[in-house]
Amino acid sequence: MDSLTILIVKRLAFGLLTLFVISVLILLGVEMLPGDLAQALLGQQATQESLAAIRLELGLDQPLHVRYFDWLGNILQWDLGTSLANRREVADLIGTRLANTLFLASNAAIIAVPLSIFLGMLAALYRDSLFDKIISMTTLMTISVPEFLVAYILIVFLSVEFSIFPSMADWSSNAGFWERLYAVFLPVMTLVLVVVAHMMRLTRAAIINVLTRPYIETAQLKGMKRSWVIMYHALPNALAPIINVVVINLAYLVVGVVVVEVVFVYPGLGQLMVDSVSKRDLPVVQASGLIFASTYVMLNLTADILSIIANPRLRHPM
Amino acid sequence: MITNIAKTFLKAPRSAQLGFIIIAINLFALAFAPALAPFTETEIIGKVWEPGIWAMDCSEEAIELHGACWSQLNDDRMDGKAWLGTDHIGRDLFTRLLYGARNTISIALVITGLSFLVGMTFGFLAATMRGWVDQIISRMVDILMAFPTLIFALIVLSVAGTSIPVLIVVIALLDSTRVFRLSRAVAMDITVMEFVEVARVRGEKLMWVMWREILPSTLPPLVAEFGLRFCFVFLFISALSFLGLGLQPPTADWGSMVKENSGAISFGVYNPLIPAAAIAFLTIGINLVVDWFLRKAAGLREEY
Repeated sequence: MDSLTILIVKRLAFGLLTLFVISVLILLGVEMLPGDLAQALLGQQATQESLAAIRLELGLDQPLHVRYFDWLGNILQWDLGTSLANRREVADLIGTRLANTLFLASNAAIIAVPLSIFLGMLAALYRDSLFDKIISMTTLMTISVPEFLVAYILIVFLSVEFSIFPSMADWSSNAGFWERLYAVFLPVMTLVLVVVAHMMRLTRAAIINVLTRPYIETAQLKGMKRSWVIMYHALPNALAPIINVVVINLAYLVVGVVVVEVVFVYPGLGQLMVDSVSKRDLPVVQASGLIFASTYVMLNLTADILSIIANPRLRHPM
Repeated sequence: MITNIAKTFLKAPRSAQLGFIIIAINLFALAFAPALAPFTETEIIGKVWEPGIWAMDCSEEAIELHGACWSQLNDDRMDGKAWLGTDHIGRDLFTRLLYGARNTISIALVITGLSFLVGMTFGFLAATMRGWVDQIISRMVDILMAFPTLIFALIVLSVAGTSIPVLIVVIALLDSTRVFRLSRAVAMDITVMEFVEVARVRGEKLMWVMWREILPSTLPPLVAEFGLRFCFVFLFISALSFLGLGLQPPTADWGSMVKENSGAISFGVYNPLIPAAAIAFLTIGINLVVDWFLRKAAGLREEY
């Protein structure tokens, strides 16, 4: 095996290990925390019978490893248990909401990724120009501002002052694609604004970092055209960090939707999870937490593997 | 001491000066909230979502409703009025803002402090001991960092319930992984220097080496990181409070103030934007100072 395959296999193994540890933590974290779970869920007034009933329902009477593998086996068959709050199947609760969240996040990604790479490259090429300075200032602002402020400012201008877009991102069940797109416009814009700044800043840094390398200077000194230098020497080497930045921000998007969904009362997975946390509806929290966390881990894993593959020095070892 | 601070302040660029002023205002509010506040933290003084003086026109009806308008800000008639408006149950927004500064900033400081204590101890330990100690700690941190912070916090809060000690421990633990990474990386470069080697050969204890040899040389990047981590923690608590899972009412807190009042926005009353802006204001101020500090610590080398 060459070194590239070994690196990728190692990274994959670590990714699988992470997923395993996360699933263990999510299920058994309940155990490590102080106090009796059944008591905490039912409160001080609970009778002995109801405590015993809920222990049985949650399987608290079983030994730990049995419960873990039962739970994992069920999850792999998309049987996520029943909600403690309303007795519905968790899989039913999550299904459409997961689709809604993915719809929101993917729309944001489709706009944010090309936009930020384009702006980042411009900022790197025209370094220290007015354009670059404006971009750095805006980046600083958007990194420091909480997501909900961005969201509310958009609502104030585009929804309250000028009623162009709705501030509640909800739709009737028979709404068409364009209607839905219109409804999620403001949440998508919020996510784009939050993510673009970060991605752009890192793209800029990655390209500038490559442009200061000796081989770029050599290429310039031998009289190569500037556009060729960037296409043939700078871009392939900057590709790995850029891909990394993009995928990491996608991972951020998946988690960042939580706050944005709450602002816009969007019927997504994040909103469901937050509601379930305050109701302490553990099966729902565990299932949605597992979905969020594994998506995040998988995206980070993809980022690392892509950047291993995209690195020219690793692909052509001396 | 004071002249030194003044000198540094005057020599700093405009942006950093602005940052210093913003931080000073916030610290002042934190320290003197009870003295500055016109009312007490939970006192109900008026109707729901009264607009502040800033948003009030000077028409006759407005003056009749509030007894004053913005052009009479220094007037006696302003006494006992909510000049930033009121919140969703008629409490004074300005008072809540001051107490919110006190609650939110001090909790964020405690968390960041704890996170640095844990992160730096383990980071220096890993860098000094190397070998399997380093391997074990680093791999555990890798796994913790692979977990999205917000999701981890949500899961823990759903089991342990929302209380201030739980919030502090969970966020500090999650954040200390980032501190660990940085302090380990910085200390790695220091531990191979001659003076650390000399101290070791001299037979100094591990604690002494970490505390007296490594710590002083790693301070600049760690101080800058403290500012950035504080911002992160501060935004994180605000987000949790905004989700209704952070500080619980009636404690004043900027994140929950935004959430509680968010309904006002659709009526065209922009009171909830004030605490949200306060959050942004403080983090921007800290970022401006950190930016300047990093550039200064790097010896004014070309900055990318």
